[in-house]
Amino acid sequence: MSAIAHDETVNSKGILSGLLELRDLPDWFREQQHAAWEKFESVPRPTRKDQPWRFSNVDLLDLAPFKLSGTVSDQARAAILEQSNGLDEVAARLVFAGDQLLERDVVSEQLSKRGVIFQPLERAMVEHADLFRKYFMSTEVSLGSAKFAALHQALVSTGTFLFVPRGVEIDQPIEIFHWLAGENATVFPHLLAKVTVIEHFRSLDRNQRGFACGVNDLLAGPGAKVTYVCAQNWGDKVVALQMNTTAVDHDASAMSLNLNLGSRYSRFESLSRLVGEGARSDLLAVAVATNEQEFDARTLQDHISPHTASDLLYKNALDDRARCTFGGLIRVEPHAHFTDAYQKVRNLLLSDDSEANSMPGLEILADNVRCTHGATSGQINEEELFYLHSRGIPTKTAQRLIVTGFLNEVIRRLDQPAIADYLNQLIDRKFAHSR
Amino acid sequence: MKTETKAVDIDRDKGDFAYPEVHVRDAGRGLSEKTIHYISDVKEDPDWVREFRFRGLKTFLEKPLPTHWASKDLEAIDFDKIRYYLAPGTGAKRSWEEVPDDIKRTFERLGIPEQERKFLAGVEAQFDSEAVYSNIKKAVGEQGVIFVGSTEGLKNHPEIFRKWFGKVIPIGDNKFSALNSAVFSGGSFIYVPPGVKVKHPLQAYFRINAESFGQFERTLIIADEGSEVTYMEGCTAPKFETVALHSAVVELVALKGAKLQYITVQNWSSNVFNLVTKRGLAHEDAEIKWIDCNIGSRLTMKYPGVVLKGRKSRGEVLSIALANNGQHQDTGAKMIHAADETTSNIISKSISIGTGRATYRGLVHVPKHLKHCKNNTECDALLINATSRTDTYPAITVRGTGNSVQHEASVSQVSAEQIFYMQQRGLTEAQAMSLSVNGFVNDLVRQFPMEYSVELKRLIELEMEGSVG
Repeated sequence: MSAIAHDETVNSKGILSGLLELRDLPDWFREQQHAAWEKFESVPRPTRKDQPWRFSNVDLLDLAPFKLSGTVSDQARAAILEQSNGLDEVAARLVFAGDQLLERDVVSEQLSKRGVIFQPLERAMVEHADLFRKYFMSTEVSLGSAKFAALHQALVSTGTFLFVPRGVEIDQPIEIFHWLAGENATVFPHLLAKVTVIEHFRSLDRNQRGFACGVNDLLAGPGAKVTYVCAQNWGDKVVALQMNTTAVDHDASAMSLNLNLGSRYSRFESLSRLVGEGARSDLLAVAVATNEQEFDARTLQDHISPHTASDLLYKNALDDRARCTFGGLIRVEPHAHFTDAYQKVRNLLLSDDSEANSMPGLEILADNVRCTHGATSGQINEEELFYLHSRGIPTKTAQRLIVTGFLNEVIRRLDQPAIADYLNQLIDRKFAHSR
Repeated sequence: MKTETKAVDIDRDKGDFAYPEVHVRDAGRGLSEKTIHYISDVKEDPDWVREFRFRGLKTFLEKPLPTHWASKDLEAIDFDKIRYYLAPGTGAKRSWEEVPDDIKRTFERLGIPEQERKFLAGVEAQFDSEAVYSNIKKAVGEQGVIFVGSTEGLKNHPEIFRKWFGKVIPIGDNKFSALNSAVFSGGSFIYVPPGVKVKHPLQAYFRINAESFGQFERTLIIADEGSEVTYMEGCTAPKFETVALHSAVVELVALKGAKLQYITVQNWSSNVFNLVTKRGLAHEDAEIKWIDCNIGSRLTMKYPGVVLKGRKSRGEVLSIALANNGQHQDTGAKMIHAADETTSNIISKSISIGTGRATYRGLVHVPKHLKHCKNNTECDALLINATSRTDTYPAITVRGTGNSVQHEASVSQVSAEQIFYMQQRGLTEAQAMSLSVNGFVNDLVRQFPMEYSVELKRLIELEMEGSVG
């Protein structure tokens, strides 16, 4: 790795120019990458006429300007490490910048217990090849971004591999930072895990353009409990795609929360597969979209086994000329009786030019199910505003209070006060900047 | 005229029937420029209508089937085997004995008169409705209402109909509206003068019976300022059809303050593809209401819409769909808000029985800078059997503040407690089930005209038979 890192010609290579041959990765993985690259090249670019991309601003997905990330300079490295501050108490912290692992800090002894594997992706694929091959991108990306999933697979060079064996509990969350550094830089973050994780996506210089294309494979084995939190706070000119797959086995539960604050365009695909009886999945998301920002969320709650439950709650607050699109589907496969599925999207429009598109969907192929969905779009209740005015609170502050209250309902569902506080701080900071 | 027929194939699953007799006015099978010329010649179309048809043909041939979002079942339509035009009086003849038993049984249960049954089964091309139609025509004619067929409307009243014809639903709206534009025949053209309130619903049933059902109907209803009219098409009795493809276009125009209500009960036999485009244009203070009930056909794709163009206009779609074995009811609604203070309401209820599939597809659009627009959408689906399927695919776009849009959908099954309670009172499980299903749609059925709602209830009972136990 270090040998190629200083090669300037490699550093400036555009991401569309093909695979890097110099990386020190296992042969079988290289073969997969070659196949993935071919797939990336053969699959056509999505258009708005493709159902999974309806309402989406696909013009922003021109990848030509983006370059593979080079080495992070010492100066940037110091700045990144200094700013990689998230939660106060964590079990471990990983810091990546431009697809390079800068720091790995294991705090909790629980992570060194027998059987726990916590490694960079490239090491895990050598030392735990069987586990890796079983789970790495094992589910097809079916929500529209197959092309970009292939790109990710072709160009991924590092990431996080976390495996927690049966019966082992890790109390504190594991924190992962992904930084974009440099103009038109790209990252391909990858996470393969079985536990509580918080990911932070950030840019070193908020004004630089960049491209991020990440994939997460989350697996909750029988009886396991996985919580995933993503704090997306890329710079304002970043185009980001994230494809998350969660598989929940019997009597296991998974909870995910995506906080969308940064980027110019961010698409988040979340596929939650309820594969074992008694599985439960909670999908949460909060977005504060301002200026020209566009957030595009596509979800699938796939009930494969009977007696499974899923609950989705997405809330967006939109200001200026921002756009939010939600395309979600609850699918109850044949024989998945006694499914209990819920899906709710709520948009709060704060300006005349903001736009919210909602496409909540249901596909029910079994009876004896309870499936409900709802979508609302509205604005701040005048009465609430009046009430706050009458208490002497100025309009701006009142609006902010109402919006935070609106979004906090989602964050509270995590039932993790430390993380909730941190996420609320990020939201407050965004409001402070934009108003 | 009585024709001897032998060995007519009446398997309802087959769309392609063979008849030995020669049709005098038959455009033959398949679609080409020749077909269009033929139809235009027979109908003595004015030149602009002929041109309109040709533009329709061109668009139809250019557009792909919308299978990227719609059912792949559409690929089963063989456009080259379809007869696009059959002149009146040349409809297929067959004897009463050849009508399938289940259809006869349905007539029996619905209590349809003998004479009418024969017409519905296609045994008699004409049912004695000529007199009824001319009475209605005379009655409303006195109020200045024009109630004619599409050919007559375009030929004799171009000053009224040309202005709106093909404007609410342009040729290129979708592949099937283009097809209809190319080969349309039949349907109703209605004009209601300002301030006229038509007391009784205008029933397509009687008018269309007089000239045999149209396969590519074209309907245009214009309600002038402050007028009110209700139009009803179809009937609850199963229409035993021989043609595999039906593709109608219905355009409604409600001028300032007008009220227009359009009621459809669709019960085509289960070999029919029913691909219909329906849309209304509501001007200031106007109200358009679609009441849509789909029971028959193999695949129905129909999303009645309202373009709310004028301030304070209102749009409403009430929809009931019943999908039994082998059927796919792909229905829904579109509400395009284009002015301030417009309101729309969509209520959809569907029931899936056996292997039936019911789909709701909706579009609600509130563009920029509109104030005080409201939409309410409710979709409820009921699943009867383990193999039944239901889908909901709404798309909602809202821009700006000052509007409120809400969508809600739920999927459920008949409550076991309810069934138990009714069984305990002495009803059989099937009776209890059908009562419960009737209760599910009751609040919508009540909004239908009396005779329709009574027949609908019986029909639901009928469809429920054999679905339990």
